[in-house]
Amino acid sequence: MTPQEYSFLQGFLKEKSGLVLSNDKQYLIESRLMPIARKAGLQTISELIGKLKGFGDRTLQTAVVEAMTTNESFFFRDKTPFEHFVDTIVPHLVETRKRGRVRIWCAAASTGQEPYSLAMSLKENASKLGGLSFEIIATDISHEVLEKAKAGFYSQFEVQRGLPVQLLLKYFTQHGEMWQIAPEIRSMVTYKPFNLLESFSAMGQFDVIFCRNVLIYFDQATKTDIMQRLAKQMPDDGYLLLGAAETVVGLTDAFQAVPGKRGLYCNARGAAGKTASPTQPKIAVGQSAQSNFGSRALGAGQTVAKPSVFSSSRLSSIPGGRK
Amino acid sequence: MKTCLVVDDSSVIRKVARRILEDLDFEIFEAEDGKEALESCAAQMPDAVLLDWNMPVMDGLDFLMELRKLEGGANPKVIFCTTENDVAHIAKAIRAGANEYIMKPFDRDIVEAKLQEVGLI
Ligand SMILES: C[S@@+](CC[C@H](N)C(=O)[O-])C[C@H]1O[C@@H](n2cnc3c(N)ncnc32)[C@H](O)[C@@H]1O
Repeated sequence: MTPQEYSFLQGFLKEKSGLVLSNDKQYLIESRLMPIARKAGLQTISELIGKLKGFGDRTLQTAVVEAMTTNESFFFRDKTPFEHFVDTIVPHLVETRKRGRVRIWCAAASTGQEPYSLAMSLKENASKLGGLSFEIIATDISHEVLEKAKAGFYSQFEVQRGLPVQLLLKYFTQHGEMWQIAPEIRSMVTYKPFNLLESFSAMGQFDVIFCRNVLIYFDQATKTDIMQRLAKQMPDDGYLLLGAAETVVGLTDAFQAVPGKRGLYCNARGAAGKTASPTQPKIAVGQSAQSNFGSRALGAGQTVAKPSVFSSSRLSSIPGGRK
Repeated sequence: MKTCLVVDDSSVIRKVARRILEDLDFEIFEAEDGKEALESCAAQMPDAVLLDWNMPVMDGLDFLMELRKLEGGANPKVIFCTTENDVAHIAKAIRAGANEYIMKPFDRDIVEAKLQEVGLI
């Protein structure tokens, strides 16, 4: 593979999935793309890259994008997000929604462990859900992982990382070396292929969004853009959960960390004074509010345009914010 | 430092488990069968027991039932670690008072996950 081919592949992956491939991932490309090349009857990665160029082979493009994603997941990953869900989010929803439908989005669901962990949490806490009903939408860019998720078969290894044995006994049936999650849990989750780089407008509104361990693969601008767009898909009191190595800090003001709750963020519209209207804020997509303010002085007109996002005390602390 | 008793008739398994558990900051005791394990517990109750099922002299299940009768024997978190990987065995172990269950083969990630599950790390 020539340096030109490598940089073509970097650009291709970034454009198609957001993935930022650093300059030292030659080995990864070899190991993940050679099987695809062979399957397509091609001898080398260079030939494969040749085929990707232009609008040629859609199937091949998809295969390459999917092969380069990292799909590792496990049940109740990091534990605390699911504790936050049961201990903080559900009581809040029961309190504020009374009745009705709560929508949860797992925005990078991979092989299903995350949405199924949520579904099991709901089952286990059925008595605490008040009159609410829950809908779990699980999406991922990769069709392959979604097929696995839908089938719900997990290896002995997979069911032992993070899944309490009581839940294994309760919600899984054994088929030889594999374990299949129960139909009652599977039916609680709806799977759809979806690329986070695409517009969310058809997705509807969500009370809770799990977007975990996917933004780490993207560059700053893409992270900011996605999080700002996620904020628009939720009501003012919506919650976002990120992975253990992910944060909103320095990327967007659309969410605020919930103090003492690692990985849990609330919509800043709800956090900043509870007066926000659901259609705001009007922050330019792809540009963090921070950099927006940092790069130029803020005129009075702009403060009026975004009253709900920033409290006046925060505005006055921004250099050049208010003179 | 938390303590863990590793009960397995295979010295290889004990060695592998010891390496993983020491890495996770546990002090390790070893026993080759259920009877030795009971003696060890009577002398000093560990925080955790990593327990094989099939062993000579006294098997893991009998050990567990005897352990729970001892003074302080309700305290240790008992994690089965066995090639018995069917629902019937798992359910039986849980009914007998096991806290968690590892199906061999295991690795560091699984041991760590199960110790987290029982609240020891
Ligand atoms: C490491 S997994 C995370 C799974 C799960 N959320 C968790 O935390 O365990 C990352 C997933 O993000 C998906 N992904 C990568 N880029 C994506 C994109 N642009 N849109 C949607 N999903 C994407 C990958 O296919 C992969 O399944």
